[in-house]
Amino acid sequence: MLELFTAAFWDQYGALIWKETLNTLTMVGVSTVFAYLLGLPLGVLLVITQEHGIRPHKLVNQVLGWIINVGRSLPFIILMISIMPFTKLIVGTKIGVKGAIVPLVVSAAPFIARMVETSLTEVDAGVVEAAQSMGASPLQIVWKVYLPEAMPSLVLGGSISVITILAYTAIAGAVGAGGLGDLAIRYGYNRRVDSMLLVTVVLLIVLVQVIQSIFSRVSNRIDTRVSGDARKGVIAQLRKLMPIYPNKFR
Amino acid sequence: MSDPIIQIRHLTKTFGAGEGAVTALEDINLDVLPGEIFGIIGLSGAGKSTLVRCLNLLERPTSGSVLVDGREMTALSEKELRQARRSITMIFQSFNLLMQRTCLSNVCFPMEISRVPKAKAKARALELLELVGLKEKADAYPAQLSGGQKQRVAIARALATDPKVLLCDEATSALDPTTTASILALLKELNQKLGVTVVVITHQMSVIEEICHRVAILDGGTVAEQGAVEDIFSHPSTDAARRLVYPGGVTSAQLATSNRVIRVAFDGGTAYHPLIASLAIDCGVKVNILGADTRNIDGKAFGTMLLGLPEDPNEAAKALSYIRSQPHVTAEEVESHA
Repeated sequence: MLELFTAAFWDQYGALIWKETLNTLTMVGVSTVFAYLLGLPLGVLLVITQEHGIRPHKLVNQVLGWIINVGRSLPFIILMISIMPFTKLIVGTKIGVKGAIVPLVVSAAPFIARMVETSLTEVDAGVVEAAQSMGASPLQIVWKVYLPEAMPSLVLGGSISVITILAYTAIAGAVGAGGLGDLAIRYGYNRRVDSMLLVTVVLLIVLVQVIQSIFSRVSNRIDTRVSGDARKGVIAQLRKLMPIYPNKFR
Repeated sequence: MSDPIIQIRHLTKTFGAGEGAVTALEDINLDVLPGEIFGIIGLSGAGKSTLVRCLNLLERPTSGSVLVDGREMTALSEKELRQARRSITMIFQSFNLLMQRTCLSNVCFPMEISRVPKAKAKARALELLELVGLKEKADAYPAQLSGGQKQRVAIARALATDPKVLLCDEATSALDPTTTASILALLKELNQKLGVTVVVITHQMSVIEEICHRVAILDGGTVAEQGAVEDIFSHPSTDAARRLVYPGGVTSAQLATSNRVIRVAFDGGTAYHPLIASLAIDCGVKVNILGADTRNIDGKAFGTMLLGLPEDPNEAAKALSYIRSQPHVTAEEVESHA
């Protein structure tokens, strides 16, 4: 167990741990970008096609909602296995970092769509109405009202998305994706290298803490609603739901 | 008289369909003249907010016609409508400022929408902020402002596209009386200075009194009465109007003490002409004030008073003829209640 503190351990595994940490970060980073490219427009569509949205469309809204629900009802590991042929079609392989990114995106996009929907719904309907009364087009309302007004909440939602994707990469490790999850399973579990398990766990915790504090800080920095009453919305609620992050700022 | 800038004909708005349908507005006919401040008053649920949203088509009327500045609003395409909305802007009870933008940027917003070049928009926005007395708050965010200041920014924003009509939807209802007065004074000033037609939606009679030239009383989705504010105040002819003009409810039902009761209406004499005192001095007749609700509009007295006449028929007749001889006062006998 205490080999963790020996030079031999780090000589043997140091490079590997570093490499897999980078793999994890790559998977998280690339998947997050693509998942948002898909999930953000979906979330916007969900909001504007609502019954009282700026472009109500019952059918589109229902079909979208249904697809998103299907995407969200599959546990990640099952989704990953079931879409393997699709993964191979897109990136040419089912395994490794590349092979993990496709299922990560497919799984996270619907989740992100719902997060975005929640953030945008939080925007005061009166402000949207005001923009309409000034002759703003639906596209202008999305770009100039919904997204900027919801930005602090979107950023905070971003931390939840990124951390969720990080958790998924660990699961993906079980099916040969590489990354810290892979290390934990292959060395920590299969080969009983306890120190390896400990190192990966500590690294994951540190990653989550760092990600959360960066996003929270950015969200706070950009939020101009400095007076007390503005902090009752989803933002405050999300903070309450994240006990892992010490709520030391306002 | 010039042509009305807003002409509403047979406007009806129904929400829902079939059995659950609710008729919010029924056969509304209204004319708003250019340059006036027109009030629409009614109690909650009377349909005021729906009516004002039918003017810029935030709500589409179920039937009827809405003519604004010569354009039939209901016939416009979406694109034309967005264009038209730039000349009929709106302010709201909850201000509805963009919380993530500075005041300056909020005022620039409608100009951004209509693609005014940035530098020009900014200069105009600063001018407008100065006009509403908030130039020093240009870089502040709405969350740092008081309610009255927020409404001033909203007014500046509403004026950014040089509108012909400014719609005010309960614009002072969230403000305290002092702030309300200052916002109303600003609206009055802008109306005179810029010639912008103002339509004021409110449930407060005091707002109508303060700034409106003409008023329509909305009750249960229909226009109960409309006309010059002074006329409606001095002779409210419908129940809806009386309820609004005298919310305390001076009704003859409360009086059972006197034999003969008269209702005296003041329609614009000097506010503080001491009618009752001079009655006592000139005729030596004492009358009983059973109830009164009078108000002072531009130095003129409007309102009614209920007087109980003396038992003696001679004295009563004397008092009645004295009151009737006074200018700007009418008196009618109220049927006695057993």
